[in-house]
Amino acid sequence: MNPTLRAALLFGLVGLALLFTGFNQSWTLALTILNMSLISAVLALGVNLQWGYAGLFNVGVMGFTAIGGLAVVLVSADPVPEAWSAGGFGALMGLALGAATVLAAIAVWKRFPKGRTRVAALIATLVIGYFATRFVFAPAREAISAVNPATEGYLGGASLPVILSWPVGALFAAGLAWVIGKISLGLRSDYLAIATLGISEIVIAVMKFEGWMSRGVNNVAGLPRAVPRPVELQGYGFVQSMSESTGISIVEMASIIEKLGYAALFSVVLIILIVLSELALNSPWGRMMRAIRDNEIAARAMGKDVKARHLMIFVLGSGVCGLAGAMMVTLDGQLTPGTYEPLRFTFLMWVMVIVGGSGNNWGSVLGGLVIWFLWVQAEPLGRGAMELLTAGMSEDNGLRVHLLEQAAHTRLILMGAALLFMLRFAPRGLIPER
Amino acid sequence: MEIVNAIVLLANYVLVPALSYGSQLALGALGITLIYGILRFSHFAHGDVMAIGTATVILTTWGLQSVGVSFGILPTALLALPIGIACTIAYLLVVDRVVYRFYRRVRAKPMIFVMASLGVMFVTNGLTRLLIGPGEQRFADGERFVISAREFRNLTGLAEGLALRSTQLLTVIVALIAMVVLFWFLNRTRSGKSMRAYSDNEDLALLSGINPERVVLITWVIAGTLMALAGTLYGLDKTFRPFTYFQLLLPMFAAAIVGGLGNPLGAIVGGYVVAFSELGVTYAWRRFAGYFLPPEWIPEGLMQVLPVDYKFAVTFAILVLVLLFRPTGIFKGKSI
Repeated sequence: MNPTLRAALLFGLVGLALLFTGFNQSWTLALTILNMSLISAVLALGVNLQWGYAGLFNVGVMGFTAIGGLAVVLVSADPVPEAWSAGGFGALMGLALGAATVLAAIAVWKRFPKGRTRVAALIATLVIGYFATRFVFAPAREAISAVNPATEGYLGGASLPVILSWPVGALFAAGLAWVIGKISLGLRSDYLAIATLGISEIVIAVMKFEGWMSRGVNNVAGLPRAVPRPVELQGYGFVQSMSESTGISIVEMASIIEKLGYAALFSVVLIILIVLSELALNSPWGRMMRAIRDNEIAARAMGKDVKARHLMIFVLGSGVCGLAGAMMVTLDGQLTPGTYEPLRFTFLMWVMVIVGGSGNNWGSVLGGLVIWFLWVQAEPLGRGAMELLTAGMSEDNGLRVHLLEQAAHTRLILMGAALLFMLRFAPRGLIPER
Repeated sequence: MEIVNAIVLLANYVLVPALSYGSQLALGALGITLIYGILRFSHFAHGDVMAIGTATVILTTWGLQSVGVSFGILPTALLALPIGIACTIAYLLVVDRVVYRFYRRVRAKPMIFVMASLGVMFVTNGLTRLLIGPGEQRFADGERFVISAREFRNLTGLAEGLALRSTQLLTVIVALIAMVVLFWFLNRTRSGKSMRAYSDNEDLALLSGINPERVVLITWVIAGTLMALAGTLYGLDKTFRPFTYFQLLLPMFAAAIVGGLGNPLGAIVGGYVVAFSELGVTYAWRRFAGYFLPPEWIPEGLMQVLPVDYKFAVTFAILVLVLLFRPTGIFKGKSI
């Protein structure tokens, strides 16, 4: 079959599945799935940049997503003036001191001649820096947390438009990726995997426990919306008239229109990213990246700086993940660090890229749409399958009750099976690389 | 006296817990390093296979308890362990047959194996939760303490107590036995030697008539035993939760890398390095310092370098240090 036709057909199928959900379950559900699917597609594009273009194995997607989400709070939440006056200066000073310590340590390492003195100087710098930072930072942190802890207790954000936080989220993630890449690229490929796995856990730990920044596990709710809330939409004339002409209740109509608004915003972002990625893939730069991926030694022999190019694409791809993270928090309207978990935010993205087709942007986008749809719908499917499987047992059979209770976890099995199946029988994915 | 008290305090809160945690990590890291050395890929499903192996041990333990079998002062789980080990090995062999063997045959790149292990990780994770649920399970029974803090104080007359839980002692003993047997096997038996030969140079090993499928089979059997052991000991010492086992992946991999991937001795050392630094850095040293410093010198804070919430950061910091200064690990590991 013509590859373009095949791709169009597959995308059409996803659309049909969403329409089916809309008609049979509810339009709100269909649109909720669509919105997260679009975000997942953006994430998959980011992962595909790294894996499909350059063969970099990043298992820290969760961390980049989360730090992008943090940007939403820092950019768009209202500042808390009391907290700023209580400890804002100390917190900033502490951060500056921490950064200065690291820079000083790097300078010591670079400037000093090799030997015992260098090691001693490095340790001394780090120890002194650590205590100085802590001396300034700890009281500020206490003071900030003490300000109205039930609803605030953090510094708040800059009160800027929420859309602005999307590029900022991308920048945050890109900055983090630069640091990790500097350390672990150029070493063995597995090391990048373990390093990213570690840093993503640390990002989540920092977001959970540094309350002065993001309220930690208390969550930041009520972030500014990118699209008017359903309650506000109900007051608009066109929403009321649409509700009357279609016969859908005004509450549902408002919610549908809100979700459509987000879908439109996310689609714009996704389309821009696809166009950019496609242009990049087919440019000399894209050809060079694939050449490096396919034969690193040959590319190096041709005079390409493999490590620098890898760092570049790692930063770019992570930036896209950060962007998607910011979009996700904007859609939810709240930052909940406790909900980030690696299976859902890192490894599921990998299933999307592998199933969709690594190295092909359209494939990754399709993978994002398909896998998210399956992820949501697998829960009722799993329950149904379990009911069918245990239909012969009596109602109060212990095994049956247990299996039905745990049926939700079948979706993990389904995702793993999908990944293994594709890897084995169609390793190039639904829409293979050209 | 001050010094003895200080040492007992340190032993109670850092040395003993770190020794048992380190043994658990070392057993896990040994499995990772063996799989890396022989099958040549990073086995990401390690934590989850450990979880499913432990789940079978727990279910067997419950079964034994319900028919009234117990192991006296020792936990019943030890009786269930052989069945758990057999289940883990069987699971790994089925997975190898269904998933990995194909990629070995087509000589796929290591990354493809890693991807496949991600798929296995998902499936295993789902199966574990289906089997035993996502919640916390306790299955330790028998005598809780070898010596409790109060008994220790009464016995020695010291101000500080040293509690030694039976699971901690058990962990160290079992781990020690497992390590000795493993090294005896690798260094003294024909099969062990063929494994090392295969790990060092695959082509040369094939030329000398070593059957690769047999080597792979033995590797899975050993790895499965180690996984079931590590998982059960960890579950006895702390508690069992599938997600915690998944998270053990990071410290176990860190231990294997710190020691040098592919090097069994390195994995053991790495396990203890990670465990001791994790507990040492997150321990509040204030009371310990109280025994040495004059009272007016003692700071007000807890003297904790990092809060316990950041224990992953410690693991990660060690990893970064090793990556920066000695990328092949403390003992020279392989580099592919």
